[in-house]
Amino acid sequence: MEFVSPEGLRLDGRRPMEMRQIRAEIGAVAKADGSATFEMGNTKVVAAVYGPREVQNKSQQNNDQALVRCEYSMATFSTGDSRRKPKGDRRSTEISLVIRQTMEACIMTHLMPRSQIDIYVQVLQADGGTRSACINAATLALADAGIPMRDLVTSCSAGYLNSTPLLDLNYVEDSAGGPDVTVGFLPKLDKVTLFQMDSKLPIDILDNVMQLAIEGCKAVANYMREILLENTKELEYRRGV
Amino acid sequence: MRGLQLPLSQTQKVRLQKALQQLESLSSKVNSDASVTIADSISVNNEDGFLKGHGTTDLKGEVVATVCGVVERVNKLVYVRALRSRYKPEVGDILVGRVVEVAQKRWKLEINYSQNAILMLSSMNLPDGIQRRRTALDELNMRSIFEENDVVCAEVRGSQNDGLHLQARSQKYGKLKRGQLLTVTPYLVKKQKQHIHYIEQYGIDLILGCNGFIWIGEHSEVKDDEMMVDQANQSEGQEQNFTALETRKYICRTANAVRILSNLGFNMTLEIIKETVNLSLSLNLDTHEMLSSEFCVLVAEKEAERRSSIKKKR
Repeated sequence: MEFVSPEGLRLDGRRPMEMRQIRAEIGAVAKADGSATFEMGNTKVVAAVYGPREVQNKSQQNNDQALVRCEYSMATFSTGDSRRKPKGDRRSTEISLVIRQTMEACIMTHLMPRSQIDIYVQVLQADGGTRSACINAATLALADAGIPMRDLVTSCSAGYLNSTPLLDLNYVEDSAGGPDVTVGFLPKLDKVTLFQMDSKLPIDILDNVMQLAIEGCKAVANYMREILLENTKELEYRRGV
Repeated sequence: MRGLQLPLSQTQKVRLQKALQQLESLSSKVNSDASVTIADSISVNNEDGFLKGHGTTDLKGEVVATVCGVVERVNKLVYVRALRSRYKPEVGDILVGRVVEVAQKRWKLEINYSQNAILMLSSMNLPDGIQRRRTALDELNMRSIFEENDVVCAEVRGSQNDGLHLQARSQKYGKLKRGQLLTVTPYLVKKQKQHIHYIEQYGIDLILGCNGFIWIGEHSEVKDDEMMVDQANQSEGQEQNFTALETRKYICRTANAVRILSNLGFNMTLEIIKETVNLSLSLNLDTHEMLSSEFCVLVAEKEAERRSSIKKKR
């Protein structure tokens, strides 16, 4: 199948190095300590954070750091077609674990001993790159909850189809079975905290694709920063002195 | 920005925007670029020997924020005051909490902190007012003082190795009855000299807990000395065990005022809450109408007006 037309356009009309439109909103769940929605094109995710709060299961309590938990789920209506078969709970468990580990690496858990932080992410619309969108939404929600973090983790995916590196794959490109990497990135520390890959890539091309994904992460970080700063300013001036 | 979940008409939208813009312009002159987000570096003007406070970390010699908030500088101390976050206790804060567990010689209270707070049986006055050692019998009768799910007002005593301790060593603290508990984000409650208020006009008590738990209830007489206690015990039989309709209406009205202010993200003080209640009364609004979008816009406009008038006075 042709994923990049001779004119250099992808199936949804983007250029190979172009991201889908991103949009974020803070404060989607009223009861949560922090919450956010994050959209990448047609992928839409909502994240809610509760905590730091009392540990529910005392045996898991940690005396020198906070316990981070994450639950990922996909709304039943998130995919229109039934092509994506329900792969049991395996996929959700794996993504939950990935998000938990990524977030735990940047939360300053040692500042909140004997407590627990719950992150809930749900995919409302799935169109490829749900993993990335979930991490981005979770970061925003954690920031909204006022949880101290080393850096904003952002994530973006990239792939390699028709001998072209492509940024931010959508569902059709994702399910083509080609190589596809998801990168989690700390922009300030300039470090990669998550790297996942499906299929295989020659080592020289991998570097290209990874750099492309990192560029995507940086773009997401800039946008998130804007949104957070705007939100902080608004909260501050509304409160008054 | 967290959207107000209200259907606004076009004019209301414009008016709300205008009011909010006015609020923005009022505050922006005070501190223009003090807001930071996570991983923003904070300039310390090459000063030596500055102290890094809460919400900051060191990264290759740079001071970097770890939370979203406002940079505050006190002499050499640089810290970031986080806005929306859970409550951070300070000694002496007046709190409202809910009992979640009755344990050995202590109650565990949910106070919107990262852990449950502990209220020891020994750090509160017994209802009979006598100062004495707590016996095993007292321990057995703990549920007669507070049960699970009771709402309690107390003061932060300090942090010990087993957690945050509270105390309730005065008659003004203790169980709260006949009223409503509202929760707002703690940054909206500013620390003041007074947190327990009695609004005589309406016959209600208003407790602005520093942890963002706000109690609005029927006024209860504070029994100052032990002499009063005996009288109270005698008159208990005749005591009204219902709240007057009028008082209940005022409780709801005040509760709605708090809800609006919290939705709009305005600071909560006694005067602002009172002003909001009075505004609704002067407009002859029913209690439920206070949650309409029109009233919300009016409150925002009123607040803008109030803050600008304060500014002018200075």
